[in-house]
Amino acid sequence: MDTTPAILCRDLSKRYRQRQQAPVDALRGLDLEVRPEECFGLLGPNGAGKTTTVEILEGILPPTSGTVEVLGRRWGHDDRALRQRLGISLQETRLADKLTAFETLCLFRSFYRDGSDPEEVLATVGLSDKRDSWVVNLSGGQRQRLAVGCALVGQPELLFLDEPTTGLDPQARRSVWEVIRGQRQRGCTIVLTTHYMDEAERLCDRVAVVDEGRVIALGTPAQLIALLGGDHVIEFTLDANGDAPASAADELRRMDGVRGARRTNNTITLTVAEVHAVLPAVLRRLEARGDRLAWLTTRHASLEDVFVNLTGRHLSNDQQEVPTTA
Amino acid sequence: MTSRKYRPLPELLRFRLRSFYREPEAVFWTYGFPILLTVLLGIAFRNRPPERIIVDIEAGPGAEAVRGALAAGSADGAFDVLINEAEVCRERLRLGKCAIVVSPATSEAPPAYHYDPTQPASAYARVRVDDALQRSAGRADPLAVRDAPVTEPGSRYIDFLIPGLLGMNLMGGGMWGIGYVTVDLRVRKLLKRLVATPMPRGHFLLSMVGGRMAFVVPEIVVILLAGVLLFGFPIRGGWVSIFVVAFCGAVCFAGVGLLVACRAERLETVAGLLNVVMMPMWLLSGLFFSTSHFPDVLQPLVQALPLTQLLNALRAVILEGGSVTSQTVPLLYLLALGGVCFCLALRWFRWT
Repeated sequence: MDTTPAILCRDLSKRYRQRQQAPVDALRGLDLEVRPEECFGLLGPNGAGKTTTVEILEGILPPTSGTVEVLGRRWGHDDRALRQRLGISLQETRLADKLTAFETLCLFRSFYRDGSDPEEVLATVGLSDKRDSWVVNLSGGQRQRLAVGCALVGQPELLFLDEPTTGLDPQARRSVWEVIRGQRQRGCTIVLTTHYMDEAERLCDRVAVVDEGRVIALGTPAQLIALLGGDHVIEFTLDANGDAPASAADELRRMDGVRGARRTNNTITLTVAEVHAVLPAVLRRLEARGDRLAWLTTRHASLEDVFVNLTGRHLSNDQQEVPTTA
Repeated sequence: MTSRKYRPLPELLRFRLRSFYREPEAVFWTYGFPILLTVLLGIAFRNRPPERIIVDIEAGPGAEAVRGALAAGSADGAFDVLINEAEVCRERLRLGKCAIVVSPATSEAPPAYHYDPTQPASAYARVRVDDALQRSAGRADPLAVRDAPVTEPGSRYIDFLIPGLLGMNLMGGGMWGIGYVTVDLRVRKLLKRLVATPMPRGHFLLSMVGGRMAFVVPEIVVILLAGVLLFGFPIRGGWVSIFVVAFCGAVCFAGVGLLVACRAERLETVAGLLNVVMMPMWLLSGLFFSTSHFPDVLQPLVQALPLTQLLNALRAVILEGGSVTSQTVPLLYLLALGGVCFCLALRWFRWT
């Protein structure tokens, strides 16, 4: 296997200057190394700097400082030769409304010296039956698959997918995942950004967790979850007011087998290694305290837990900040 | 590999053409609207019989005598005469409902004309009414003259107007068709997506200009044919010469449109910019009336406007049957201006 990294970037920073406002630092010294033929995920909430990072890697945006090497080359010299080897799907591109799916792929195919037959790509992304439909008449999921198809039509060595499933329903997301898995098997290196942790867990060999313009954790999904100290989670809500949940969380954190405890209002989340050993003890302790349970569940720990553990915030922006006591 | 080879320019051109003819609104504004405009303006400025002159006479003892004198003194019966009370007459004059008011002669005073000398219609009515009354009173013309009216095709206003409309359309089509579409693609981030591919950037801009050239052909035919069929518009020049001149104009405005759109990030911005650039040409380039009406100090500006040069060349070729070579200077000016704008646009173009 080729040992040159597919992507190598060091100390990347990007400052956006805005009119009459303080400049915004989207990236603050970001380092990345993506290995050939792996599927690499950039996971983080909106505004973490994921899109800025991939657009710098794609040569669309110049970095304020730092170095970037893509497939062993730097941007700024014979860029078109490098672009022949890349496939790119941007966030929120609206393809031409009045072209058919097939015509759209033919247009993108014409930019590459070598590439796939647009008919084959249509089949790959599952749009053969929509071959002659105008883009404007496709559903959101179909458009997204067409956008991914446009990235595949040049048979890229390196594929960038910026939030390929944002805004799609679960079934549409799964069909995009199938396309990505297929490319992974073909031996294509993939860089994927997402703010869905399940997507990163299912698709990625390695994940970089990005927050506020930096990589705050890096590893396989399993390694990242192992950072929690246990890969199971017990989560419950107390039917109580006042200090009871806070004191319960403090008390439970000190129990044997409990690796971590967080509280959000009345909900307490415990990270544990062995549910069967810890759960009965937790229940007995709560009963002894006189706390009543409103709700309880156990599950495998996810990258969401990792992210909350690292930052004290949830990945998706629709949830409030966690007043953490961990 | 497959049969579909690396050939960005033809595919980009097909992309432009498809995006155009699949958009009914774009087709209407390019082809339907100018026909509509030609028809409406043609009807508004069609040749009508000479206008009637409306004369009010103040009611009184001498009123009927004046009416009779007016009828007797004008051979073509150009007057519409009404007799009204004095106050009504003045009111009608003030409102422009009549062109002149005649007060019949009394024992103390001769007849009087009430009219507005600053209004051409009113001043003209004064001349005609006086002429008729003087003749009736017995004036003899010492010089015998003969009238020879001319209303041939080619000298009418509509004949001046149709090349103007063609030029206006070549300008509007190029500026909107390229400027607006470019910014729309930028807003959609489709431009950004395109530069993320190995597509040669110049090919994209060339396809915008090339697509525009393809739309120009039916545009010329549609407008000129509408003129011929509806108004008997005389085309004295050869079609090849007309197309050459129109293409030079289209190239020029395609370049200007691309330059106007090269930085704009919002549709509102580009719409404003396009209007700012086109407004002086609508007003000063001799679209609706000859540029010779403008004072000498304005002439350098008027002549520098590309639409002025295009309209002069179009009228020379279409109405006077001039050759392309007789228009070399204005055509080279148009091509050079378009080329310079294209190069600047390519240099300053905002893709993301």
